[in-house]
Amino acid sequence: MSAATIFGLCAAVIVGLGLYGLIVNPQPLRKIVAFNLLGSGVFLLFGVVARKGAAAGFGGDPVPQAMVITGVVVAFSATALAVGLLLRLFAAGGLATLEPDAPTRAGTEHADS
Amino acid sequence: MPYPAPAPEQVTTAGGFLLVLSLAVPVTGVLLAFVAGGRKAERIALTTMPIGLASAIAILVALQRTGAPLVYLLGGWAPPLGVALRADGLSAAMMAITAVVIAAIGVFARADFQTPPGSDESRAPFAFWVLLPAIWGALNMVFLGGDLFTLYVALELLTFAAVPLVCLDGRAETLQAALRYLMFALLGSVLYLVGTALLYGSYGTLDIVLLSHKIQAEPATLVAAALMTVGLLAKTALFPLHLWLPPAHAGAPAAASAVLSALVVKGSFFLVVRLWFDVFVQLPSFALAQLLAVLGAAAIVFGSVVALRQERLKLLIAYSTLAQIGYLFLMFPLAFSGAPTRLESGGALAGGLLQAFSHATAKAAMFMSAGLIYAALGHDRIAGLGGVGRARPISVLAFALAGVALIGVPPSGASLAKDLLLQAAAETAQWWWTVVVHAGGILTSSYVLLVLAHALAPADAPITLHVPAARVREGSALVLALCSLLLGLLPWQGYLPVAQGAAPAPPTLKAFSSSLWAVLGGVALAVLLGRWGERFALLRVGKAVGATVGRARHATLPAAGVVERMDGMLQRWPAAGLALLALTLLFGAALLPVAR
Repeated sequence: MSAATIFGLCAAVIVGLGLYGLIVNPQPLRKIVAFNLLGSGVFLLFGVVARKGAAAGFGGDPVPQAMVITGVVVAFSATALAVGLLLRLFAAGGLATLEPDAPTRAGTEHADS
Repeated sequence: MPYPAPAPEQVTTAGGFLLVLSLAVPVTGVLLAFVAGGRKAERIALTTMPIGLASAIAILVALQRTGAPLVYLLGGWAPPLGVALRADGLSAAMMAITAVVIAAIGVFARADFQTPPGSDESRAPFAFWVLLPAIWGALNMVFLGGDLFTLYVALELLTFAAVPLVCLDGRAETLQAALRYLMFALLGSVLYLVGTALLYGSYGTLDIVLLSHKIQAEPATLVAAALMTVGLLAKTALFPLHLWLPPAHAGAPAAASAVLSALVVKGSFFLVVRLWFDVFVQLPSFALAQLLAVLGAAAIVFGSVVALRQERLKLLIAYSTLAQIGYLFLMFPLAFSGAPTRLESGGALAGGLLQAFSHATAKAAMFMSAGLIYAALGHDRIAGLGGVGRARPISVLAFALAGVALIGVPPSGASLAKDLLLQAAAETAQWWWTVVVHAGGILTSSYVLLVLAHALAPADAPITLHVPAARVREGSALVLALCSLLLGLLPWQGYLPVAQGAAPAPPTLKAFSSSLWAVLGGVALAVLLGRWGERFALLRVGKAVGATVGRARHATLPAAGVVERMDGMLQRWPAAGLALLALTLLFGAALLPVAR
């Protein structure tokens, strides 16, 4: 099993974990963290792609690395925007949940269970 | 094929600088407005609009003259090392429609987003006038981007510019809606990004033209195709991945809703079209094309029925968007050709895009007139719209014309689109999509008529109007509605794959009579499923008829209730997330027949 395969499998596991958290976890902050985990998995996948050097047969391909850098910037701005919105949401309503009818339900207890 | 062979394309063509201009103008607007701030932001944003509109028209003219796509290589580097901007007929037409809609929204929004006298800057107007050109620039990049990673960045820019528009008023509900939208859109774009990584790993390039020549039906490519498609569908809010769309519209200002519904969802829709018509040229299977349109058909039925059950005009229009998005996906099976398996750039593609154009103009007009009605009455409850037709005739006229255009009465763009789709359905012998196309017209007319019946009814009590009529704002809504109504008369042959001589056909009596059937069917549906309240008494032409209608409603309303409950369920995260995963698997399975 080559190093690229091991890293590829790692990327798959991280993507899976992130996806699970993003879909299942009710708390927005954890969703944001899960999104970052998911993103890291994808960036690792880009790293594996670069290692394979599919473009020109080199040992490492620089183009995916450039893409990862751009991707990191995009993920960072997305996280900043999401955290900003979450802080405003908490300040405005004192609640931090994404379910539309949350105030009528038993609030955080329900979300935690 | 929109893209010819790659060889002559790898140079900057004459007129290529126009593509840079159409990106640079809105982006410069964003930067200048951000730095200047306050009142100047509005002036700067409004100044970019005529310039951007002119450059979009110049691209249309240049494309007509040369007859080949315009290309600009950034820094003179040819793909696969460099990045190309390309404009074919589809992107040029999309850009022109976008410019028109943005300009109309800009004129409309001036009254809503004025910096109040006495203050130098207030948050909502400043944010709006910075974000409007940002959305425009991002959309132009989506239409022009020639490589899949550039398109990813463009999509993200579009989302980041659109999300804050949802929560301009800063209330908790709207912030929550914005966060939901952001998180779901991010989920969609990550799936898209995984797809680009897999494609780069397999082919070593992400340039659309180069990829289209290299693409093979390998397992990694099929996985990439399924992931990218589902990611884009989540951003387009195609049923059942629409959890973000209704709440986003519920609290957004009218101008923001118009941008979101008319333009933002079209960005990711356009990418689905690009992917399947230009990148994955050998991949489409019969099952995949049918699956896309089945989702579309489900969206039409589901969105229309839920729209009929809404209490608020704004949400009715939002659910109508859901239904109309479904209409856009009907073109895929109609463009499918069996041997070799591929999607033909023919009448079906032209029909689908024309539907997108007419929806963009009509839906923006609808949201604008709903905003004007809200401003006049102080609410937008459909049951309380009585008398507004007399008080605000032009706003209601704009809504009615936009509705008529969407139903597909000639010479609207939607009617030409419907003709093209029906023709393609006949050619490919898929009668079931003929049924869906006709049913779509009937369902559209049902909710348009429901609103008009309420708006044109006399008022129960004298209504008090909160603001004087604004002629300019009513005018911009009316202009967009008229645009949508007259789109079918424009010469599309140079830009869309419309057969010569097929269009524009002069509106005939037969065409009108066929839309009459749609309207009559719409009346029946609106009576059976609509939310009427006390207005229901209006319908009772006679006691016997009234009783029959009442009994029929008794039978049909539970069905509508089931659909409503399903909507509530699909707007929960776990359900939407599972739907996303299930769809990815389904798309993967649908692609299996072409796998090697």
